[in-house]
Amino acid sequence: MPERVMFTMGDIACAEGALSAGCRYFGGYPITPATEIAEWMSIRMPQEGGAYVQYEDEIAAITSVIGASWTGAKSMTATSGPGVSLMLEAVGLAVMTETPLVLVNIMRGGPSTGQPTRGQQGDIMQAKWGSHGDYQIIALTPASVQEMFDQTVQAFNLAEKYRTPVFVLADETVGHMRERLVIPDEKDLKLENRKTPTVDPEDYLPFKADDDLVPPMAVFGSKYQFYATGLTHDERGYPSDKENVQIELVTRLQNKILHNADKIIDVERIELDDAKIGVIAYGTPSRSAKKAIKDAREEGIKAGLLRLKTVWPFPEEQVARLASEVDHIIVAEQNLGQVYHMVKATAAPTPVHLMSKPAGMPQLPHEILAKLRDVNSM
Amino acid sequence: MSRYEVRIGGFGGQGVVTMAVVAGETASLYDKKYVVQTQSYGPEARGGASKSEIVISDDEIDFPKVQTPDVFVVLSRAAFLAYVDGLKDDGILIIDEDLVKIESELPDTVKVYKIPATRIADKEVGSKQATNVVMLGAFAVITKVLSLEGLKARIEEKWPRFLKSNMLALELGMKAGEEALAKAA
Repeated sequence: MPERVMFTMGDIACAEGALSAGCRYFGGYPITPATEIAEWMSIRMPQEGGAYVQYEDEIAAITSVIGASWTGAKSMTATSGPGVSLMLEAVGLAVMTETPLVLVNIMRGGPSTGQPTRGQQGDIMQAKWGSHGDYQIIALTPASVQEMFDQTVQAFNLAEKYRTPVFVLADETVGHMRERLVIPDEKDLKLENRKTPTVDPEDYLPFKADDDLVPPMAVFGSKYQFYATGLTHDERGYPSDKENVQIELVTRLQNKILHNADKIIDVERIELDDAKIGVIAYGTPSRSAKKAIKDAREEGIKAGLLRLKTVWPFPEEQVARLASEVDHIIVAEQNLGQVYHMVKATAAPTPVHLMSKPAGMPQLPHEILAKLRDVNSM
Repeated sequence: MSRYEVRIGGFGGQGVVTMAVVAGETASLYDKKYVVQTQSYGPEARGGASKSEIVISDDEIDFPKVQTPDVFVVLSRAAFLAYVDGLKDDGILIIDEDLVKIESELPDTVKVYKIPATRIADKEVGSKQATNVVMLGAFAVITKVLSLEGLKARIEEKWPRFLKSNMLALELGMKAGEEALAKAA
């Protein structure tokens, strides 16, 4: 399809991004404020020759996504915090079976059913630690309608490349705001597809990784016969209770993400070259921060912004670099402090100040400006 | 144009979100401005105070929400009471005069325009559902932030089935806007 221009919602940009990335299966269960993704997919997916299925609940939705991915279809679901809570067991299954999928969380106020129509960024740690056991996850944090498209494409690319579930974590404001969206000509999109096996079926070891720590993935029902399980498994995919198999597997699952962190992590550095105070933010609060640092500079306060476009794997090097450049760091996030703890651990001994806001309206630009003045006078 | 902020308030079901979406589409797709449209509503399907907002600018827009509106268009008493705060001292207030009374002290510098949008839609267009299009016409004429040809083209493209009634609603709204402007001058 040639380039298209729309004035549309973040949720719809996300759905279009998925379709442009080649997603052809959506297992859904609607929930505010992610419903528009499911709604749009239910219309558009059949037009693209894919399948949209609405399930009885979130658990069925995500497990169907795992199954669909094993048939070779790029697959996704979209929900909000309460839905993610139900899906987390399956996230662990997807990690363990190395199933590429994209899970979009349009974050609303929590805990529990919280405030359905109001945004928040309370699910950052849930994405990282929600399922049990040791594992790494990839999570992207778009801040505009265009980024909802671009980063959903990126989420599929990362899921396919590293055979892992990938979160798109967008606050409700980003999900529900409308802006201009340019959907590029499909020829201009760079898409990744999972590696598939080339060996003789008799020689196929479904969980034997290549040098990049990622095993080629066969399709269920193909000439390659294999077994995928959530139990710790060896290269053949057979369950094992041996210590070395457990250590090798969880270490490889971790390292295939961490060893490629520099290729996954995406940050934007704004006005940081001479900054004395660095603001760290993501999603909608990062847009407030952008305005605040501009206003601060007009007052002679040397402020800059490190905008996180990915939060997991955590951008340790980028934050450590910032900590070495500035005298103070301010973390502005729409929760009671989640990324803050990661920043604090990474930035020490540079002082880190938290601007928390556990409610629907993000930090306003003038509020961040006031904080910048405070910190500047320290 | 530097940052221009529009707030539209009413109760759920009056079309305040749709109104902002059409205004946003016009400003973005036809007038080639930077635009962000947002909304705020509760869990109710109908009723309740609901607002939608647009920021329009020649430059890239950082903070996406409205803080100090240049214009407040209001279609219900609850929305007036809930959302009037923040209107700029030299801002524009457009009210549906049959549904909203000005119940708070406003600075003398606020310009007030009264548009009986619901009455026009009901009596002259024949459908209260056209209220938001009537108001859009008045809004475009009073504020001049949208191109009228862009607005017409957008409405035509968006709702081809209701072309006739919507064009009538838009024309009547524009006329009401011109009359309100003349009265204020």
